[in-house]
Amino acid sequence: MNQITRQWQAVGSIADIPRNGARRVRLGEAPVAVFRTADDRIFAVEDRCPHRGGPLSDGIVHDGCVTCPLHNWVIDLETGAARGADEGAVRTIPIQLDGDTIYLCASG
Amino acid sequence: MTQDVVIVGNGMAPGRMLEHLFEAAPERSRVTIFSAEPRVNYDRILLSSVLAGAKQFEDIVIHDDDWYARHDVTLHKGQKVVGIDREAKIVTSQGGHRARYDKLVIATGSFPFVIPVPGNDLPGVVAYRDIDDVNTMLGAAKAGTSAVVIGGGLLGLEAAAGLRERGVEVTVVHVMPTLMERQLDPAAGYLLQKKLEARGITILTKANTKAIVGSGRVEGVELADGRTIPATLVVMAVGIRPNIALAQGAGLPVRRGIVTDARMVTVDPDILAVGECAEVEGNVYGLVAPLYEMAKVAAATLSGGPELRFSHADTPTKLKVTGIDLYSVGDFAEAEDREEIVLRDAAAGIYKRIVLKDNRIIGTVLFGDTADGAWFNDLKKKETDISAVRHSLVLGPNGRADGALSDPLAPVVALADDAEICGCNGVCKGRIVETIASKGLTTLDAVRAHTKASASCGSCTGLVEKLMIVALGDRYRPAAVSPMCSCTDLGHDDVRRLIKAKSLKTIPAVMQELQWRTSGGCAKCRPALNYYLVCDWPGEYADDYQSRFVNERVHANIQKDGTFSVVPRMWGGVTSAKELRAIADVVDRFGIPTVKVTGGQRIDMLGIQKHDLPAVWAELGKAGFVSGHAYAKGVRTVKTCVGSEWCRFGTQDSTRLGIRIEKFTWGSWTPAKVKMAVSGCPRNCAEATCKDIGVICVDSGYEIHFAGAAGLDIKGTEILGLVASEDEAIEAIAALLQMYREQGRYLERIYKWAKRIGVDEIRQQILGEAARRRHYFERFVESQRHAQVDPWSERAAGKDRHEFEPMAIFAQDAAQ
Repeated sequence: MNQITRQWQAVGSIADIPRNGARRVRLGEAPVAVFRTADDRIFAVEDRCPHRGGPLSDGIVHDGCVTCPLHNWVIDLETGAARGADEGAVRTIPIQLDGDTIYLCASG
Repeated sequence: MTQDVVIVGNGMAPGRMLEHLFEAAPERSRVTIFSAEPRVNYDRILLSSVLAGAKQFEDIVIHDDDWYARHDVTLHKGQKVVGIDREAKIVTSQGGHRARYDKLVIATGSFPFVIPVPGNDLPGVVAYRDIDDVNTMLGAAKAGTSAVVIGGGLLGLEAAAGLRERGVEVTVVHVMPTLMERQLDPAAGYLLQKKLEARGITILTKANTKAIVGSGRVEGVELADGRTIPATLVVMAVGIRPNIALAQGAGLPVRRGIVTDARMVTVDPDILAVGECAEVEGNVYGLVAPLYEMAKVAAATLSGGPELRFSHADTPTKLKVTGIDLYSVGDFAEAEDREEIVLRDAAAGIYKRIVLKDNRIIGTVLFGDTADGAWFNDLKKKETDISAVRHSLVLGPNGRADGALSDPLAPVVALADDAEICGCNGVCKGRIVETIASKGLTTLDAVRAHTKASASCGSCTGLVEKLMIVALGDRYRPAAVSPMCSCTDLGHDDVRRLIKAKSLKTIPAVMQELQWRTSGGCAKCRPALNYYLVCDWPGEYADDYQSRFVNERVHANIQKDGTFSVVPRMWGGVTSAKELRAIADVVDRFGIPTVKVTGGQRIDMLGIQKHDLPAVWAELGKAGFVSGHAYAKGVRTVKTCVGSEWCRFGTQDSTRLGIRIEKFTWGSWTPAKVKMAVSGCPRNCAEATCKDIGVICVDSGYEIHFAGAAGLDIKGTEILGLVASEDEAIEAIAALLQMYREQGRYLERIYKWAKRIGVDEIRQQILGEAARRRHYFERFVESQRHAQVDPWSERAAGKDRHEFEPMAIFAQDAAQ
């Protein structure tokens, strides 16, 4: 029991993130970008574009994707993979919604 | 052996449970019910019909007194249970009634969530849960009075529609941007709003209730933006909470609801929970279908017969308002492994969206035509592979695919005859169609000659051509227009004209009425549409920040390492010791690594952490600095030389004019960035002849230039003309800016716009026609009234805090 609960970390409420928006969560050294889509689904990926390290949490959220603010790479939030001709992927982080509370898997 | 079954609560779920129980095991149970309400079981779903006047209470009773007598059920009306003794297996009611049980069923339902604002307990504030609430509403809401419904979900909207039927002036206050956002996507939410508004219901979205006001009784609702809406009745319909207090008091485990297993049994094997108060397998429910499912399962558990287990199923949502057809079920989120099929019929107000995953339906949203809802839901439940019928799927079981699903001409066909097509010459659709027919016109030039439509700036050419296709069919073949993005066939110009012609004022409205192929647009069209709406409906359109690039969202420029740069406004490029000292202090205090002078005569501070931005702005604000908008598709800088005040060659006070222009135009959003300059003499030290707009001062006045470029392209400016005074220069520049704002395509710089429209045409409209210039100027002034708010001071004061602060911070080991 103890082992399971310690992995999930409550990071806030879904209302903390605007629809089609993102927030950054600092988990130790590596920042995590937490996204909320237009239809209230949530995703978390490492907040670092595989291209030049841009902060994905600052991108425009659309179609279950985020467009990186630096050079417009489009990252799929579900898989973490770049869309289109670009090749690369970010690490996705397990995330859960219980009621309105968002939990991140800290040791993911 | 007979068992004593005691039920706490007399709603629809336990009622249905008893029907199943008496059918399966008629003699097994002796039943006692405690009901907090002083009446029999009735159909709460039909409360909206009672409210609307279509039914009376007697019509919605499910079990009358005879039914209870026939089944030998003891019903304690108006007896709220206050305690459960699990040791002795006895429940006690408020009135002192006690009952012993073998099996106890808790069915306490839910209670309405009341938002914590001042005045929420004033007389005249009601929830919408039971027949008492409805009677209170009917007592307070006579025809001609006004009511506010807080909450734009299922319940709130049914209440609003019912009250409206009774002749009440109704305003719905909803905190989210679209109605019923949990069940509908924004496109369907928009159509629903339009339909309700057509019935005379006022809908306010993104509206936060600050207080309910009144002395001794409700008099109105005050919103966070300062508005107060008068009302003699306030209906609170923001949501429900499972009523778990009794169970909790008895020591039963609760989370959101009373925790049960799939047989509806709590941790106590002799206590069940059903209905809205129960949390089964981690879910709580509010719609009737799963509650009836719980009833069936609980009855099986009580009857001792074959065991049933509750399993989650998506329940379709429908709105019980006559004349509004709406249906949604399942998961309709977007993701890469999903596809969507969208059908929009703007004229008929129809929107259908089917979400597919691996060729199977996982979600459906229907508005306007819901006849096929059950069919789609059946395919979804059965996980039918739809590959074979995919091309005609969205048309329903009887649909046939006859060509394209979306007719690119439909938005034009749907336009009213008095919709304005050509803004320059004020020509409406009816006039064009009528002239094509009566004069037998077959070419664009002929239509231009006879109607003047698209004969000036040409932005509406695409629309005029579409009207010609509608009138002439295959006899007219227009040149291809490149579409705005893959979500639509329409080009930027068509979209802009149609936004005006059809008075479209939200992004979902544009997408529905112009028959967007996707449900929510893409990263290309959303920022463009947001700009067009900001430009076309100043003061009315609520800027959608999530459709803006990060720089415009946080009012700073993102750098390669994710830090930001900040450029304060220095009017006309003039600064002072006080300003420079303030900048130096901010640089020291925040450890800003780089300070750089820009090409637009400003000071740029680079390498600022995002979370420091509001504090940096607060400090800069103390010295009087406002945002320099160096990040905006908007008016950026007016560069000047020192002019006649100091320079021995200066002909006019170019610095003063530059400052005046900048103070007049700052804050304006434009299709692409706008950089300006004023030079005091033709030596042109401010380099005005490669700017978007420039002024060269000469002895006889001010030569206005525009359409220069010194970036990817290098291009000298075109001359607009010579004016005699500063005031005339400002009027002409503002008019020119407004013309560009209204006609430019998103991301199109002035020089490209001018090339497309024609320099002569622009010169003619701005300097050749005083009345037209005046109109552009006045529209610019009106727009500025709403645009000239310093975004930095707003954010230093706490606006959009979520943009700047991390949601949470954890040291790595804190998670261990």
